[in-house]
Amino acid sequence: MKVKLRLGDSWLYIPLIAMAIFYLLPMYVIIITGFKGFEEIDLKTMWDLPKGIAFDNYIEAFSKLSPSLWNSFAMVIPASLISSALGSLNGYVLAKWKFRGADAIFPFILFGMFIPYQSIMIPLVQFMRGAGISGLPGLALAHVIYGIPITTLTFRNYYASLPQELLEAAKMDGADMLGVYRLILLPISLPSFVVVLIWQFTSAWNDFLFAVILTGNKDWPITVALNNMAGSQIISWNVQMAGSLLAALPTLLVYIFLGRYFLRGLLAGSLKG
Amino acid sequence: MLRDKDRFLNILLISPSILAVFIFVYVFIGWSVRVSLSKWKGLNPDYTWNGIQNYLELFADPRFHVDIRNTLIFTGVFVFGSIFLGFILAVMLDQGLKGEGFFRSLFLFPMAISYIVTGVVWRWLMNPATGSRTSGLNLLFTNLGLDSLVNAWHTTPTWGIAAIALAAIWQMSGYTMVLYLAGLRAIPQELKEAAQIDGASRLQIYRYIMIPLLSPVTLSALIILGHMSLKVFDLIIAIAGKQLPLDVPAIYMWQITFDGLFYGKGAAIGILLLISVAVLIIPYIRHTLKTEAQQ
Repeated sequence: MKVKLRLGDSWLYIPLIAMAIFYLLPMYVIIITGFKGFEEIDLKTMWDLPKGIAFDNYIEAFSKLSPSLWNSFAMVIPASLISSALGSLNGYVLAKWKFRGADAIFPFILFGMFIPYQSIMIPLVQFMRGAGISGLPGLALAHVIYGIPITTLTFRNYYASLPQELLEAAKMDGADMLGVYRLILLPISLPSFVVVLIWQFTSAWNDFLFAVILTGNKDWPITVALNNMAGSQIISWNVQMAGSLLAALPTLLVYIFLGRYFLRGLLAGSLKG
Repeated sequence: MLRDKDRFLNILLISPSILAVFIFVYVFIGWSVRVSLSKWKGLNPDYTWNGIQNYLELFADPRFHVDIRNTLIFTGVFVFGSIFLGFILAVMLDQGLKGEGFFRSLFLFPMAISYIVTGVVWRWLMNPATGSRTSGLNLLFTNLGLDSLVNAWHTTPTWGIAAIALAAIWQMSGYTMVLYLAGLRAIPQELKEAAQIDGASRLQIYRYIMIPLLSPVTLSALIILGHMSLKVFDLIIAIAGKQLPLDVPAIYMWQITFDGLFYGKGAAIGILLLISVAVLIIPYIRHTLKTEAQQ
């Protein structure tokens, strides 16, 4: 029914383009404001195109935000790698080596990804304080642990979709369970790793709640630094706009180049993968 | 021999994760419950038994009433708006137009950025300043001659939180679109063709076939978006900071605990949030796993 484009459907481009404008409006403001020179900045002309290309705002924003951008990278990269690796091993065990009670444990792990973190926040802060873990390592640890449910889920669903015979052949040849994982599953897990890594990268990069309770101002990741910049009276809105673009750029680039995998992570996150 | 070794490796591999989730989710929830039943006020832990006093005080607290009202308004506007918009977008994109992939990516990109970035930008778009200082969307509306649309956004009394929901819809409607698109694609072509042969119009096909068949998708979207709106926090902070008229439980919890040091009451808010999320999510997880087992 939806095979060929009927001429009668062309009118649909009108609402589609109108919606496209709605979605792009904030980006338009961010980008044009970022490229305006300081002398051009005026709230009254915020919708006008810049007269030339200037980088003042980006330079100013970068000089203020660069420490926290690096903090974000330093925390997000290990956190995504570790939680993905754990998820892969857990998923493997839960899908292919079901021990007694494996099916009973799984929903309890899943529930962990939906809880409001306000309900564990006080113990989390007390625990970190008691264990002497502070700043970025503590934040990375929180992202690793609270990331386990979604990474485990994604890998479990992927491994469960693979035929058991794939594993049997390797077992006949004498491989133990780690051997089966390393020889058979790991090599074909790359797409799932990409899905999970992107998902973890995006959610840890974009997180604000854990960051704001677990880090002090030397360790602030980009979200906290940007929010504080926006709340300050001294830094003008044009620099805030440029800062927003800097903060959004890493995840936006991932989205632009690896959007397909991002989509799969999204569906997995709603248990629809 | 080999099997015993495998079983051992099994447990060895998965137990650190299970233990971590057990402690950081379940033990911590239990710990929070205990804190919520204590008199803990101030920097040092104090587990003196206080019964359900913290909960009773919250239920009587006018600020908490504002939180509940705001959460209800936010949830209503955000959930309805995202589902409605997402559905319309999905149906339009399901017509086999050229450029479908492009539009789909475009409607979904806000999902990739943080609530903080969204909030910082929308804070300037929804600038409520008036007169010669008018800017943002209000300025755009004035320039386009749409003066009736000019409004005070999140500074509107009582309904201000709905403006925050608007920014949330901008961010999340692409997500419901994706859910609906996946649902639409899963409906067998034959059903549509059969209805068409019977003389059903396109509108009728959607009304009587597609929408009923999509009800599981709508239910998922309701639950996922609904539980997100209970947790809303970053977006409000980034748009408006901590303002009483835009207060929600997550912000109250944060302020009363870490600024006010009323740990007992903060924990109680956390637990109430958990209960409201659990009511939505636990049946959802059970249902999903049951359906999965049947397949």
